[in-house]
Amino acid sequence: MGKSLITLEHISKSYDGQLILDDLNLDIHENSFVTLLGPSGCGKTTTLRIIGGFEKPDQGRVVFDGQDITSLAPNKRQLNTVFQKYALFTHMSIEENIAFGLKIKNKPDSYIKDKIRYALKLVNLEGFEKRMPDSLSGGQQQRIAIARAIVNEPKVLLLDEPLGALDLKMRQDMQYELKRLKEELGITFIYVTHDQEEALTMSDHIVVMNQGYIQQEGSPETIYNEPENAFVADFIGDSNIIRATMVRDELVDILGTKFACVDKGFGENKPVDVVIRPEDVELVAPSEGTISGVVTDLTFKGVHYEMDVEACGYEWLVHSTRLSEVGTKVGIKVDPFNIQIMNVPVSEDEEAISETI
Amino acid sequence: MKLFKNAKSAFLMASPYLAWAVIFIVVPLAMVIYYGVTDASGAFTFDNIARISESGYFKALCRSIALAFISTVICFLLAYPLGMILASMKLTRNTYLVTLFILPMWMNFLLRTLTWMTLLEGKGVINTVLEFLHLPTINIINTSGAIVLGMVYNFLPFMILPIYNSLSRIDDNVINAARDLGADSVQTFLRITLPLSVPGIISGITMVFIPALTTFAISTMLGGSKILLIGNIIEQQFTLVYDWHLGSGLSIVLMIFILLNMIIESISDKEGGIF
Ligand SMILES: Nc1ncnc2c1ncn2[C@@H]1O[C@H](COP(=O)(O)OP(=O)(O)OP(=O)(O)O)[C@@H](O)[C@H]1O
Ligand SMILES: [Mg+2]
Repeated sequence: MGKSLITLEHISKSYDGQLILDDLNLDIHENSFVTLLGPSGCGKTTTLRIIGGFEKPDQGRVVFDGQDITSLAPNKRQLNTVFQKYALFTHMSIEENIAFGLKIKNKPDSYIKDKIRYALKLVNLEGFEKRMPDSLSGGQQQRIAIARAIVNEPKVLLLDEPLGALDLKMRQDMQYELKRLKEELGITFIYVTHDQEEALTMSDHIVVMNQGYIQQEGSPETIYNEPENAFVADFIGDSNIIRATMVRDELVDILGTKFACVDKGFGENKPVDVVIRPEDVELVAPSEGTISGVVTDLTFKGVHYEMDVEACGYEWLVHSTRLSEVGTKVGIKVDPFNIQIMNVPVSEDEEAISETI
Repeated sequence: MKLFKNAKSAFLMASPYLAWAVIFIVVPLAMVIYYGVTDASGAFTFDNIARISESGYFKALCRSIALAFISTVICFLLAYPLGMILASMKLTRNTYLVTLFILPMWMNFLLRTLTWMTLLEGKGVINTVLEFLHLPTINIINTSGAIVLGMVYNFLPFMILPIYNSLSRIDDNVINAARDLGADSVQTFLRITLPLSVPGIISGITMVFIPALTTFAISTMLGGSKILLIGNIIEQQFTLVYDWHLGSGLSIVLMIFILLNMIIESISDKEGGIF
């Protein structure tokens, strides 16, 4: 990964006395595809707006290529934005919308023309030059917003849920196109989404946010396989997240049964959360399992079966290509490598409690 | 069958408004046109309309157009920045402020104009104060300036409201997008904000220019009897001279001007702005 291009340092922002971003620190490397992932209202757009220059942080600095740009006007920043609600210029044709940035920069007409054709081809909307934005569907408008931003060849492209209005097929096509585009342009993408699958397939680096805090950042594999807390584990996909006790290094007590694991350094007899992905739960004969239970529900999901197994008072979510009928007694086994131990998330009141103890 | 029923009920629903429109719009209009194109004996003639070319009437028409135009321009120049300030404010505070600017509209129009008369008079409030302060007095009553002042004062809210409306409807992110694409604040204003507010500007212009063109109350009170507008002349035909035919004929001329004005405006509106 390249050198650091954008750095957010101790960014805080509140609206009407409500803290939206709290001491946010983030390093974005050159040529990376960084995704901000989090539930609605967690501050993703606000973070992008601060990077784009539409919002000034209450505290902290934004550094771009070694320069403090915290107070720099948006038009002076070497980045372009694809806005969440498209924000097309309704009084201009599609062609004029796309040409806007280039005309401001006084590019020659022939260059602009080529760029418009290139961009429309890229977003699969050839022949739309003379149409007005209002006459386009939401998905088409969204693609025009992408085209309008990329023709300017920015160093960094900020994309705020740019595929939100598209259907699944179009979405997948555009995901592919955007990745290709990124490779082609060789620029940095900062991408916002609340769709974990999209984040996992597209990014080099995922930043999971919740309530204005960064919960975890890392590669898609790390985020998926080694979530640091229950929020991340839960947000990144269906999971078995169970409150457990770390007996000692490499041994964890889950629902009263001791399981071997590979994590160390959590202390002895400490409360932890464990996450076990549904595809990592092995169903075996009752006698061979670490614990045993009964299948209570079965759904066919295409590639695999999804089963609920009631064991030790917990409803285990299991994905398997092998079917076990409802009512079957089964044993549950988990490979030690597939047990992910996480610190119990510190919410503010819990923190307060542990401090007073 | 269903359609017929719907059409019938739609007609029933609309009938009170239709009756209202017929009684208060169509009939008076028809009467104006009838009187306008007939003479005292009832014979058809264009003379009443043609008499606009007589120098007294023609001058009054030109003066009306000039004063209405000046008032509209002044209203626009005052209202646009104000509309921008109002639109850029937070919602809670701006409803309060917008009301403040609309407040004079709740007062009777004649009363408001009369107030200006007593303020501006030779021995009026303003001059009394100026005299008291040993400052030179102003002599503005019964001039075109006083009429323009009255027009601007009375019609300004009608310019502010539509402009404020169209400005406040522009999505912040559209402005942000322009900035994002490299436009500075002046370019953003000229290429985005101004064109997007054209519908508001046009209805503002219409709502100021037309009443300013036709008014006779303002010119009567603030212009004395010295400065006659076309509105005064028409009024006199009905209330003093009792020549309804000439009054109607001149009204038709005025209506043609208003229609022309509206046609030009609707064309420039359809073309996505005059800028
Ligand atoms: N201009 C504003 N004034 C007041 N509150 C705001 C403003 N902009 C955002 N907020 C609040 O800040 C919080 C974070 O908003 P933000 O738009 O960053 O969320 P988001 O993560 O982008 O969510 P979504 O996925 O729904 O777009 C929300 O609670 C929102 O209500
Ligand atoms: Mg958002």
